[in-house]
Amino acid sequence: MTTAAFEAVGLARSYQLEGVSVDALRGVDLRIEPGEFVAIIGPSGSGKSTLMHLLGCLDRPTAGTLRVNGTDVSTLSDTELAELRNRAVGFVFQSFHLLARTAAVDNVALPLIYRGVPRAERRERARRALESVGLRHRLDHRPSQMSGGEQQRVAIARALVGDPQVVLADEPTGNLDTRNGAEVMAILDRLNAERGVAIVLVTHEPEVAARARRQIQVRDGLIEFDSGTAGGPAEPGGSRTGPAAGEGAGRTGSAEAV
Amino acid sequence: MRAAEAFRMALEALRVNRLRSTLTMLGVIIGVSAVVVLVAVGTGAKNAVESEISGLGSNIILVVPGRLGVGALPTQSRLDLADVAYVRRVVGDPGKVTVSVNSGETVRVGRTEAFVTVVGTDENLPNIFDRPLRRGRYLSETDVDTRRRVAVLGSEVAVKLFGDVDPIGRQMTVSGARFRVVGVYEAVGATFGVARDQEIHVPVTTAQRLLGVTRINGIAVGASGPDQIEPLQQRVVDALAERYPGERFSAVTQTQLLGTIGTVLGMLTGVLAAIAGISLLVGGVGVSNIMLVSVRERTREIGLRKALGARQRDVLAQFLIEAVLLTTIGGVTGILLGVGGALLIAALSPVPAAVTWWSVALAFGVSVAVGVFFGVAPARRAGRLDPVVALRAE
Ligand SMILES: Nc1ncnc2c1ncn2[C@@H]1O[C@H](COP(=O)(O)OP(=O)(O)O)[C@@H](O)[C@H]1O
Ligand SMILES: [Mg+2]
Repeated sequence: MTTAAFEAVGLARSYQLEGVSVDALRGVDLRIEPGEFVAIIGPSGSGKSTLMHLLGCLDRPTAGTLRVNGTDVSTLSDTELAELRNRAVGFVFQSFHLLARTAAVDNVALPLIYRGVPRAERRERARRALESVGLRHRLDHRPSQMSGGEQQRVAIARALVGDPQVVLADEPTGNLDTRNGAEVMAILDRLNAERGVAIVLVTHEPEVAARARRQIQVRDGLIEFDSGTAGGPAEPGGSRTGPAAGEGAGRTGSAEAV
Repeated sequence: MRAAEAFRMALEALRVNRLRSTLTMLGVIIGVSAVVVLVAVGTGAKNAVESEISGLGSNIILVVPGRLGVGALPTQSRLDLADVAYVRRVVGDPGKVTVSVNSGETVRVGRTEAFVTVVGTDENLPNIFDRPLRRGRYLSETDVDTRRRVAVLGSEVAVKLFGDVDPIGRQMTVSGARFRVVGVYEAVGATFGVARDQEIHVPVTTAQRLLGVTRINGIAVGASGPDQIEPLQQRVVDALAERYPGERFSAVTQTQLLGTIGTVLGMLTGVLAAIAGISLLVGGVGVSNIMLVSVRERTREIGLRKALGARQRDVLAQFLIEAVLLTTIGGVTGILLGVGGALLIAALSPVPAAVTWWSVALAFGVSVAVGVFFGVAPARRAGRLDPVVALRAE
């Protein structure tokens, strides 16, 4: 059995708001394999973002356990969590979260700073990441000089630059029009297919969710429905790029039809 | 994160907010340059006074009635010429004892008038004090013995009363009495604010009659060598105390004067520096304030950096370095301005400003320290921000 990218058991997170306890997540069991493409859907306030923050180690659960690549995050210090975020996870946010007065290439290189990568190598890797999202002509542009779709592609390049096992995207198309949304989805598709990067994506839009291989529906802090891992709960053999690449090719084709 | 990286990041942040950074630095710049300038002026004043004291002559002991010290009230003098003769016997070398009786008087030549300090003294004055002559002669023993109405003029008095004309042999009136000029001193400058070039020296006997007094103001004794100063000083004071039981006499040496003046001016310099230091501190509070604003404004950026893998100490370092860079750049600018200002003051005004390396080093050190001290709180706040909350910030 391969090590799961994420393995959550009884995962819960509650917030204390002026003495009142708000249960955002109320015990989620979830296993996501390397190379999967998962869409999380659910009404607003159901706990999707909370779940993403926990998976991305931005936050700690109030109950339950979470293993990331086999490591129980409760055993990690804040510093170790930061290092795990830096190496294992790439984030894509609904509102892009780019540094406004910083060129695209430097925005993309940001995660590598915290890994101690030398400047020249950072820029080179950032340049390649930008090329891979089709922005080789925008290296020195600032976010304000780019369209929303381009900005989100910069953000995806930033999520990728550190070669993470998984990209967590919380409503990445939420601020984009249909055409730009489709473009972003096509890039995520291709990443998953060609590089075997696992993608967990939160969305409101059924047609976006439909492009994932697996759909998980969240309601009131619980998983209401899980379409399950294609080909069973655990793929044997650990060859994650093989089948994923095959599947991805087909999906990329269909993406162009959207 | 590498240190060089943190520096680059901080510099970039300061560059992006250029106007705000400059304004924030202004407090530190003003504080630091004030420290450097004020210490330079204080030190310059101290150096000047010390060279004045040394310029008086060497191994001088000044004897005055009463208690001598900072803040002591002047005592009514009961010393007279008989006491001077007594001190001469005690010292054993009559030529190394001189006397002074002073009064401010108006002198007149024709229609030209000047207010001067009339100093009654004797022929021994040049044996003890450095008071070179420009023209003519010093007072003589005969001048004193026969109460001659002769005068030796300070250089400024000579110019004021006689202009380009050679004053030697000319007449002048002092408080109505006619005097003849026998000599003119070289310019020697001021000592303790006493403008010695605005004095006229007349025989002590003549002065006493002119002023209608028998007292004298003080006695000056010249020791034969530096190691003789203290024993001689003690001998003179003891002898006077024996002659007038129950009264106090003070003798002060140049070394002691130097020490006292040095202490007073040192304190003054310290107080000035402290006041300037307070403004530096206020500058530090400004830095703290701006850093807090900056942390708040950049909450989302902090959240993002954390999401991308910045550790608490990376964020803390980024903001702390920003604060320290603000105060350090401000400090270096302030030092440059302060040194420039001090040099300008020294060049353009009579104030003898002297830049000291320690004030520069101190100002630099303090500005770095102020940055650390006032940067820590905002930087810690930044470092501790919860990334999820920070990312949601407006
Ligand atoms: N920092 C927080 N403090 C208090 N309550 C929160 C916080 N974050 C989320 N919540 C609450 O938790 C619930 C789930 O929120 P969230 O995970 O953002 O939902 P979704 O992303 O599905 O819209 C909501 O009721 C929300 O109000
Ligand atoms: Mg959400």
